[in-house]
Amino acid sequence: MKISRRRILAVGSAGLVVTLLPLPASAATEADELIARFTDGATPGEGPLTITAPQIAENGNAVGVEVECPGAKSIRILAPANPNPEVCTVHFGPLAGSHRLSTRIRMAETMDVIALAEMEDGSFVQASARVRVTIGGCGG
Amino acid sequence: MISRRHFLQASLAASALLGPAASGQWGRLAAQQRLSQGDLLDFDTFGNVTLIHLTDLHAQTQPIWFREASVKLGAGDARGQPPHLVGADFLDHYGLEQTSAMAHALTHLEFEALGRAYGRMGGLDRIATVVNAIRADRADALLLDGGDTWHGSLPALRTKGQDMVNLMNALGVDAMTSHWEFTLGADRVDRIVSGLPFAFLGQNIFDTDWNEPVYEPYELFERGGALVAVIGQAFPYTPIANPAWMFPELSFGIREERMQAMVNEVRAHGADLVVVLSHNGFDVDRQMAARVEGIDVILTGHTHDALPEPLLVGQTLLIASGSNGKFVTRLDLDVQGGQMLGFRHRLIPVFADAIDPDPEMAALVAAERAPFADELAEVLGHTDSLLYRRGNFNGTWDDLICTALMEERDAEIALSPGVRWGPSLMPGDPITREDVFNVTAMTYGAAYRREMTGAEIHGAMEDIAENLFHPDPYFQQGGDMVRVGGLGYRIAVDKPMGERITGLSHLASGEPLDMDRAYTVAGWASVTEGTEGPQIWDVVSDFIRKAGRVSVPENETIEVVTG
Repeated sequence: MKISRRRILAVGSAGLVVTLLPLPASAATEADELIARFTDGATPGEGPLTITAPQIAENGNAVGVEVECPGAKSIRILAPANPNPEVCTVHFGPLAGSHRLSTRIRMAETMDVIALAEMEDGSFVQASARVRVTIGGCGG
Repeated sequence: MISRRHFLQASLAASALLGPAASGQWGRLAAQQRLSQGDLLDFDTFGNVTLIHLTDLHAQTQPIWFREASVKLGAGDARGQPPHLVGADFLDHYGLEQTSAMAHALTHLEFEALGRAYGRMGGLDRIATVVNAIRADRADALLLDGGDTWHGSLPALRTKGQDMVNLMNALGVDAMTSHWEFTLGADRVDRIVSGLPFAFLGQNIFDTDWNEPVYEPYELFERGGALVAVIGQAFPYTPIANPAWMFPELSFGIREERMQAMVNEVRAHGADLVVVLSHNGFDVDRQMAARVEGIDVILTGHTHDALPEPLLVGQTLLIASGSNGKFVTRLDLDVQGGQMLGFRHRLIPVFADAIDPDPEMAALVAAERAPFADELAEVLGHTDSLLYRRGNFNGTWDDLICTALMEERDAEIALSPGVRWGPSLMPGDPITREDVFNVTAMTYGAAYRREMTGAEIHGAMEDIAENLFHPDPYFQQGGDMVRVGGLGYRIAVDKPMGERITGLSHLASGEPLDMDRAYTVAGWASVTEGTEGPQIWDVVSDFIRKAGRVSVPENETIEVVTG
């Protein structure tokens, strides 16, 4: 997989720390449980968190997802219907110039991709985006 | 002072009042078996800017029959709204007289009888006459091509689109956008684009490596003292609806935020009028018009809709100019000081027997066809029934293709893509090799043969139905419902995915489709690289040659349920 230039730039300027959290394949945890574990049980609110993803994936093996959340300490991306639903967690240091990440994720099927951000005050915000994975063809 | 919105609505009301009067006039003329070029082109030149819109030509250079849809269901809020009205509902909505010329051009009603009276439509030489007449009124009219131009015929397939490129250059296009063009392959498109004397626009085409724009997003034109911005929007789901392996380094999508950014950018450059030349499809354009600020006109495409009046969304005019060369839209605008103050619109029906062919274009078209003249003219057989495709579900052309697939490929079930292109044939018409290419020509036409379980077939149908009937237009992926042969089914279009398709039956045995059994399935237009099999036009040609005469009744094995 190629790393996009934007991602390289983001890494270079913001000093991101990317932690991948693999789970056993059998642990296809429900989205709510996943969220609760990340938030330590707190219910996430709404905030300045935006998630940008295609409505329909052109290629389910590499779906571009961009998440931005000014003021976030960390952002986590979840793909609840994947065998391994935790995609990544990105921590932003105090020198981070922007609080944005862009990556490509593999998606098993149509689902709501979830972004969770932990804010400076310890509160959590959540946003999701529906991404459809289809067999294609029949093109008009 | 009259507000802009008020003025637009007043203008639209005037246009609505003119509609029935004009069609009534055509109806009378038709009664006298006389449509005149003067009447068809009559237009009181207005304002300071003229747009000419032509879209979804699908390489049809000859006059054709084209029966409009009898079933064209909208999903969600679009249900019962234009462009999803058909037949008598369409005539009522627009106040068109039954059996009038416009009723024939715009609906399926009494298609054969009215077709005999009014004749074929389209033909690039007639379109040239229309365009030249508009330019005689306003020399600097902008001719904008909505795409699906370089694909859809035998000559276009054989010349990799070059015939259409040459002809559209001669017609004098000012800008275009795209969809099926990319099925020629990205390298071929780039080669053509590098030599185009006009802009090839697509604000939503990016490269997959760097996520950077590949083509120009917009072009600025000075017309009548106004700065006109034309922003291109290619078909957002080209890599999903068509084979992405043919253009692996391109990514599309709706990219609404960039559209807004482009509108803002051209306004900052001083654009007085912002036009989007779109291949989104009508429902996507309607939603985009409501969400993106500052677009004056969207010239819609892709869904082949033809509307006799603009549809107003907020302060944005949506124009729908049909397909296959049946119509040319003329839109005159009064643009002053960054505002669109009024408009005059006409959807000009290109009745081929009434409009004189332009001799220069006729000669150019003939020259492009000459290398293929013998093959185009080969008569394979005859049809005793109307052959058509357009509509949400199987048309008679589709049933003929599916039957040919099952017979020639010895299959139990056939699948045929729900594309919208492909002209009609009248009862009694010969079926030529050209006619077969007109409904099948494509760069990935291999007719595959494989095994699928009943469950796989059901799953595929549910997936495609979701692409068609998702209530949010931004999730509608492309064409109409996949056409099936050897299968009956019931579809509840308003149910969620997984619950729409029921009652699947294997028609030959009369048994319900066995979800666990493997069936032999023949189909074509697979988006998978390396698909093998004979070309679909050869399969269909062989079948028609053997049959001699064909007669295809209306499909009665698909039951459509709404609500």
